[in-house]
Amino acid sequence: MTAVEETGNESAVLQEYRRALRTWLEKHAPGPVAGLSGEEYLRTAREFQAALHDAGYAGITWPREMGGQGLGQAEQQVFADEAAAYDLPLYPFMIGMGMCGPTVVDLGTAEQQRRYLPPLLRGEEIWCQLFSEPGAGSDVASLQTRAVRDGDRWVVNGQKVWTTNAQFADFGALLARTDPDRPKHAGLTMFVVDMHAPGVTVRPLKDMSGRAPFNEVYFDDVEIPAQDVLGEIGGGWAAAVTMLGHERVSIGGRQRARSNPLEFASLAELARRTGAGRDPVRRDRLAELYAHERALELLNVRMRQEAAAGRSPGARGSVAKLAGALQARRAIEVAGEIAGADAVAWDPGDERAAELALAINSAPASSIAGGTNEIQRSIIGERILGLPKEPQVDRDVPFRDLAVGTRRREGDR
Amino acid sequence: MKLVLDAEQEDLRAAVRKFLADRAPSERVRAVMDGDPGHDPAVWTGLAGLGVLGLVVPEELGGAGAGHVDRSVVAEELGRALTPVPFLASAVLATDALLALDDDGARAELLPRLAAGELVGTVAVAEHGGEWDRTGGDTTAAERDGRWELTGVKTPVLAGDTADVVLVVARTPDGPGWFAVDAGAAGLARTRLTGLDPTRRVARLEFDGTPARRLATADAAAAVDLVADLAAVALAAEQAGLLQRAMELTVDHAKVRVQFGRPIGSYQAVKHGCADMYSAWELAVSVLRHAAWTADHDRAELPVAAALAQTYIGPAAFTTATGMIQYHGGIGYTWEHDAHLFYKRAKSAEQLLGPPSGHRARLADRIGV
Ligand SMILES: Cc1cc2nc3c(=O)[nH]c(=O)nc-3n(C[C@H](O)[C@H](O)[C@H](O)COP(=O)(O)OP(=O)(O)OC[C@H]3O[C@@H](n4cnc5c(N)ncnc54)[C@H](O)[C@@H]3O)c2cc1C
Repeated sequence: MTAVEETGNESAVLQEYRRALRTWLEKHAPGPVAGLSGEEYLRTAREFQAALHDAGYAGITWPREMGGQGLGQAEQQVFADEAAAYDLPLYPFMIGMGMCGPTVVDLGTAEQQRRYLPPLLRGEEIWCQLFSEPGAGSDVASLQTRAVRDGDRWVVNGQKVWTTNAQFADFGALLARTDPDRPKHAGLTMFVVDMHAPGVTVRPLKDMSGRAPFNEVYFDDVEIPAQDVLGEIGGGWAAAVTMLGHERVSIGGRQRARSNPLEFASLAELARRTGAGRDPVRRDRLAELYAHERALELLNVRMRQEAAAGRSPGARGSVAKLAGALQARRAIEVAGEIAGADAVAWDPGDERAAELALAINSAPASSIAGGTNEIQRSIIGERILGLPKEPQVDRDVPFRDLAVGTRRREGDR
Repeated sequence: MKLVLDAEQEDLRAAVRKFLADRAPSERVRAVMDGDPGHDPAVWTGLAGLGVLGLVVPEELGGAGAGHVDRSVVAEELGRALTPVPFLASAVLATDALLALDDDGARAELLPRLAAGELVGTVAVAEHGGEWDRTGGDTTAAERDGRWELTGVKTPVLAGDTADVVLVVARTPDGPGWFAVDAGAAGLARTRLTGLDPTRRVARLEFDGTPARRLATADAAAAVDLVADLAAVALAAEQAGLLQRAMELTVDHAKVRVQFGRPIGSYQAVKHGCADMYSAWELAVSVLRHAAWTADHDRAELPVAAALAQTYIGPAAFTTATGMIQYHGGIGYTWEHDAHLFYKRAKSAEQLLGPPSGHRARLADRIGV
């Protein structure tokens, strides 16, 4: 449905773009990637990204002089809906392409843009985002990783956590505290850090699905050259907000992979196979699931069309992010109704059941990663609806005097 | 697929919004809903003057030759303002029925006058609990000496007590048929029902050998389905408009109402509730634009899109109207405050074309569950 439905009102130029892309994808999209081992998957992903780049489909909206294609949101939208018909191995580059790269485009020096953007677009370098810490998740501005200036370099010490893809990342966008005497938002700086630098330790962290897609990252006297500050010294919060804006759009607007066992099509197919679809209550739940899934899809199409017409999504990305997370929960309920006990116990080797279980165990991530549902609702309430902010106790206090994370302030009882 | 309005459609919205703000503010809505005929003839004439009653009617039949996206923009505005006019009955149901049937004579005679607001039309299909029955239900049509007569009961019928012409679906010896009945026809009893929603009147029509004119149609049942689907889209537009306005008024209130020394909108329970309303609106509008677009450009997809629109938007609008009362506290529960009008309109709209589970069942059929 998705791939063909965009064509209605397109200009001849866009239609031609779509035709060419469709032909290219038919020829070059790799086969199913679900069964590949970690290494094979990564290799396939790198090769595909390189092919995308060579064909002129990498960094579609990025400026030409930075290695991008210099095209508009309309072309980006065409790419998104044509890509939706495939299970493309874009995941390893998602953080780089969707979040870090666009931030370098926005805030990087010419030198940084020359150094980092082309290899990212060619699939040669993978990026991660080093924001969260054990004491600083939703309240990321309370982070404690320190960067201390020493001549023409910075020396970093601290710990990050839940860092997706750090296990194979080449670079990270690191947020660190450079001035603890200033209020928490004012004392931060963003850096580009070389993940292979001495003193960087990456330890895999198992998630509740049993896999280890994210990590703990330790920095012990890691040196970062002064030219790798991204944005302004002390301007880390503004840089983080820029990146988080890109993040919500890239998460909320992400194309569903074709093989998601929690999407309507998969569950309806399961219902047909097992006969559960004949039960009126389950039919009702499936129809409702379809409605919410389709509503979210249509919202994403609409926001892309608005972006193409010059209206940027801004904080509205939070709506898609939130709706996606709520949809995942709804889908799990319906999956349980359709699959019954088969959802929780299955014959060894039953791939389909295993996939469903993995999806059930992965779903909570979408309500947490990239900002929790509660944080998205606060963003919508404050930035879109203009509702008054909550009273803040920590806005003007020097960071060193604050209680953060789960530790108490010294001197407290 | 195009889900954003163009500049002309935005202008149309602005014009209708301004007109309703000037001519049909809340005080006027309240005055009209308490009196007779229960809708606002002055606003009706004004809407006709704006040319918005015949948006889907071809120009040669006195309409604007625009489309369903345009009409849904108008319906959104009428929903926002809770305007008591028979738009859904006349500019949607009766108009769509005439366009769906194949009776050139009736079309030429009635459509220009419906578009001009000179006539109010409606459609009578529902019986018993309000579900639309494409067979004609228990209403029968018999032919005597080349003239048709109807016998049966239709309820609820939108604007049924005031409409000038009623298009009725009834059973004939050769399957379902469509008929036109004049308001003054002999053997027609019209009873205004007491309604949950004071801003929209409905009636029960009893036909007892009532003379009727049979309308030519190639497929009467298919016409019922099409009219129902287009009505679902127009109603969804009203509901989306209502949802949006209920959300805006709630947000405005949350900014100024102070309790415990802070505006209540600074408390997360309230702020997050408002955020959910806003999210529901963004999704609802996306669903609506798509449904209206299919009505104009992709009739094969319309049945799914229409069922989807009612499945998603109806309950979302009612939930929002409920939240509107909640976040207004005691004042929201008073007669003086408009919150209850949003609540009642939202509930009755949610049931108007059958209950939400009926829409979900139709959706399930249409997506092959
Ligand atoms: C799969 C996954 C991948 C991730 N990848 C990355 C990554 O690549 N890089 C990275 O930097 N981080 C990453 N994260 C971390 C993620 O950004 C944080 O987990 C998230 O922001 C929440 O922070 P927290 O875990 O500290 O929870 P907390 O902030 O402690 O939240 C706990 C609970 O309190 C609520 N809460 C907190 N503050 C408020 C408030 N002000 N108002 C209302 N409720 C509040 C939350 O909503 C939540 O329900 C990832 C997380 C996951 C799950």
